[in-house]
Amino acid sequence: MDVLFRNVRELVERAEKEGKLISEIMIEQEMLITDRSREDIMQQMDRNLTVMEEAVEKGLQGVHSVSGLTGGDAVLLQKYMQQGNSLSGDLLLDAVSKAVATNEVNAAMGTICATPTAGSAGVVPGTLFAVKNKLNPTREQMIRYLFTSGAFGFVVANNASISGAAGGCQAEVGSAAAMASAAIIEMAGGTPQQSSEAFAITLKNMLGLVCDPVAGLVEVPCVKRNAMGASNAVVAADMALAGVTSRIPCDEVISAMFEIGQAMPSAFRETAKGGLAATPTGKWLESKIFGGSVVGSGQ
Amino acid sequence: MKFKSVFDIIGPVMIGPSSSHTAGAARIGRVARDLFGRQPSWAKIHLYGSFAETYKGHSTDVAIIGGLLDYDTFDERIKTAFEEAEKLGMSYEFIPETGNVDHPNTARIVIGDDKSEMSMMGISIGGGKIEITELNGFPLRLSGNHPAILVVHDDRSGCIANVANCLYKYDINIGHMEVSRKERGDMALMVIEVDQTVNVEVMDELRGLPNITQVTRIAD
Repeated sequence: MDVLFRNVRELVERAEKEGKLISEIMIEQEMLITDRSREDIMQQMDRNLTVMEEAVEKGLQGVHSVSGLTGGDAVLLQKYMQQGNSLSGDLLLDAVSKAVATNEVNAAMGTICATPTAGSAGVVPGTLFAVKNKLNPTREQMIRYLFTSGAFGFVVANNASISGAAGGCQAEVGSAAAMASAAIIEMAGGTPQQSSEAFAITLKNMLGLVCDPVAGLVEVPCVKRNAMGASNAVVAADMALAGVTSRIPCDEVISAMFEIGQAMPSAFRETAKGGLAATPTGKWLESKIFGGSVVGSGQ
Repeated sequence: MKFKSVFDIIGPVMIGPSSSHTAGAARIGRVARDLFGRQPSWAKIHLYGSFAETYKGHSTDVAIIGGLLDYDTFDERIKTAFEEAEKLGMSYEFIPETGNVDHPNTARIVIGDDKSEMSMMGISIGGGKIEITELNGFPLRLSGNHPAILVVHDDRSGCIANVANCLYKYDINIGHMEVSRKERGDMALMVIEVDQTVNVEVMDELRGLPNITQVTRIAD
């Protein structure tokens, strides 16, 4: 299969050589591979963007999962921001609350757009709709944000993994956060190389993160990990825009993530057998939700 | 490259909570339904690895049944798939297995009705993307790099030529092809990887050819 890029180095080189945005390279590759028109491809991404907007809106109104483990935190965060005393700043908290909103909707079996997965679906839209208020992008620029995220995600999915069962949470929320960070750079007017630096900085800080969902549900700790993924993405984007670079090149960070995932015991890869899932409270919650003979100390 | 489209990464639009365990599971169910060609009256679903450990929490079971009822990943009816299956009189059973498999998210779906039955193995490789690894005991070796057509047919002379001629007529180039059969004159399977997208018209024409039992598209 002929592709325009196989790794981040090729992606950045092509964008810089041709004087194009990373999102543009992704759109061109999609046209090449699928034989679809630009208009068709842009329309599909526009629809995905609409799904993301609706999920955030729904989450900000307050939703609760069937298990009762998650829900309502996005509302708490928005109310707290409105009081005007936030320490970490409104943009960051807005991104966090909107990431949480999306994942609360996901946990409640609502409709979301996987980016790159459902468990990590909050980070890309969360950051997008928060940064939007600062940068005032056009609808097309917002759609391009998703193509830029997709270009980096494409590399990770093909060269490493975006599955928690295969590579832990680093492969899901780690990838999502790094993708978002790279997309923020393009929307903020940074260079393709800076997108690559932001991606590398973000992913480096999420390496080793295990997938240990309580009761096997995509709720605890997934919702809060999306919150932190979003904040990681915004901060790393600021670092890259400030001129900070990653000592380890982007593609090598992706390889490292893959290797770490391969070495991870299966207890930490979405089996709900280790980490937070195996804590006394985690087990107690599991028995409370599904019944069974698990005895824990719980609250 | 297993992930070809940007919409494999930014997508699918789906009912939560898990792309691999819910959306991928629904897709595995739906491919099985598609291959079977009609609504099965019973289903036995064997789950392996992470699927076996966490299927309840991820609604993997509900999603697979939804797929068997021909629902897409974003179909709201996935949530009530068990009730819908009962209405349609489809019985189902989930069997968590402890055996080792190559991929952590593996399901073996055995479905049937009073006419016939079918067995299919599917894996969910992340982000809602799936691969079919076995059909009725035939291992499928798909590269996943190209659209593929599966043709279940009777082992009779001329079948392969007819299928190849039909693809030629629509200017579809075959990149890789494998043919296997259980026994001489028994059921056989063609796995064809092609370079072009295969549309509904081509699929319908293939279905109309003599001695062809079932035709489906995967991995495009």
